[in-house]
Amino acid sequence: MASTQLHGASVGDRIYRYTTTAFALSIPLLLVLLAFEVAVAAWPALKAFHLGFLTSSAWDAVNGTFGAAPAIYGTIVSSLLALLIATPLAIGVAIFLSEFAPSWLRQPVAFLVDLLAAIPSVVYGLWGIFVLVPFLREQVMPFLADRLHLGDTPLFSGPAYGPSMLAAGLILAIMVLPYISSVTREVLMAVPRSQREAALALGATRWEMIWGAVLPYASSGVMGSVILGLGRALGETMAVTMVIGNRHEISSSLFAPGYTMASVIANEFSEATNDMHLSALMAVGAVLLAITLMVNIIARWLVWRVERRGQA
Amino acid sequence: MATTEPQVLATDVAATAVAAPAANALISVRALDAFFGATRAVRDVNLDFLEGQVTAIIGPSGCGKSTLLRCLNRMHETVTTARVEGEVRLDGKDIYERSVNPIEVRRRIGMVFQRPTPFPTMSVRDNVTAGFRAAGRAAPSRAEQHAIAEWALHRAALWAEVKDRLNDSAMALSGGQQQRLCIARALATKPRVLLLDEPTASLDPLSTQKIEELVYELRGDVTVVIVTHNMQQAARVSDRTAFMLLGDLVEVAPTSRMFTSPSDERTEAYITGRFG
Repeated sequence: MASTQLHGASVGDRIYRYTTTAFALSIPLLLVLLAFEVAVAAWPALKAFHLGFLTSSAWDAVNGTFGAAPAIYGTIVSSLLALLIATPLAIGVAIFLSEFAPSWLRQPVAFLVDLLAAIPSVVYGLWGIFVLVPFLREQVMPFLADRLHLGDTPLFSGPAYGPSMLAAGLILAIMVLPYISSVTREVLMAVPRSQREAALALGATRWEMIWGAVLPYASSGVMGSVILGLGRALGETMAVTMVIGNRHEISSSLFAPGYTMASVIANEFSEATNDMHLSALMAVGAVLLAITLMVNIIARWLVWRVERRGQA
Repeated sequence: MATTEPQVLATDVAATAVAAPAANALISVRALDAFFGATRAVRDVNLDFLEGQVTAIIGPSGCGKSTLLRCLNRMHETVTTARVEGEVRLDGKDIYERSVNPIEVRRRIGMVFQRPTPFPTMSVRDNVTAGFRAAGRAAPSRAEQHAIAEWALHRAALWAEVKDRLNDSAMALSGGQQQRLCIARALATKPRVLLLDEPTASLDPLSTQKIEELVYELRGDVTVVIVTHNMQQAARVSDRTAFMLLGDLVEVAPTSRMFTSPSDERTEAYITGRFG
């Protein structure tokens, strides 16, 4: 009797284990399948244009030549610009919330910052078109070019249309800020109290403690949060498409319109009538997938390293 | 252990009376209360720490000995809801006076904790000079930093073991070495007082012995206050011992007398192992 009961339980356990294992494996399998499908569909374009697909600026759907360089350039530049603006702000917010804010202020402010991540991307885009872009065109761009006399430098030259790399970078900065800020806050709060006390006991000021002990201890986690933000920025589509100007051209000026990989796909998938055009869009998707996967893996690894050190 | 008798035994002082500190007291604590929120962890303590001597504070867990120690360099108040009342005089000046900057206090009174707390991203050398670099407004030269690191590591009896590993991560050292590194780090700013909060609690017997020898070496130059739950350790390293119980200072006496003929029956019960 007893042995049959034991036997029964172990069969149930085994079924349960196999079922959950199958569920767990189905997710990575889905990712592999997706990557495979994209790669297969992208293959004709990659074969036809070789490396030229990555380096050429000629994107002509009518004549069937496709070079994705402007979109790759635009994705990378708009994302880096966003990080350049968002990182100091987000780290500042995180330091304030984890180190300085009185406890009654901490939760509400953290909640509001996190709420920025909950706003639909199309709403950001709409705000971008009707508020940010006109403001850039009428105030910021003339100020930078004429008042600060930066108009002759490569970064700020050319006419101020409004829709531009600068607009895309700014809107992305607002969108990735909550991601960087909330992960950084968690990493900072994971720094053990003993490290803070060690610095204070040496006669460090509050600021010296944060700068000399807390931030170095958390540095790779902070790095991870920034790269997580980069991952978000690289893939963001709607808001960027609405403000970047959508032009297949590489320009050194932040005032000039540009394109991103995600925007190209979003704008052109419905009008891609011939096979090569479709394959070219798939190839853009493949490049984007590869870049974002890599960025996310690096970010996870960095955050994981800090957490492991916290436990040791 | 031939110690001069303090003129006034802290336990003889009535709670309200302000007793004159002993002639050779570097730190004198008067009517000190320490709170966590509404809980009073240290109750009306009067105690002198004599210059150049090692004073041990013993007592069972939760008796307030660590809290008392953390009141001496104003670390207690870094905990939210923590509060201190009373006086702690360093060279006659109350460190809790409004005009006193706690940062300055902590630069003169070094502290080492129960678990070693090296800064993991810094090299051995940078760890030792961390406090020194914070204290000096002008950035000290590379040579100056090396000199101070060598001096402090010699003081902490660690130089021979790490002199070829100054650029390695501090995390590569053993637990005992890390703790002596923390002592070197505290000594590098040349404090007059060194506070040790159960410094050997997480160490093996051999590392413990090295730290005890080091404490013995430091007497005379540095005034040491060591909190320990280990009575043998107190007996081995200290000139005077203070016994605390439930937040009260029960008795303070020269160590030899404390362990042979304590005057309070609670002290006797504790050191003979009847509780604790």
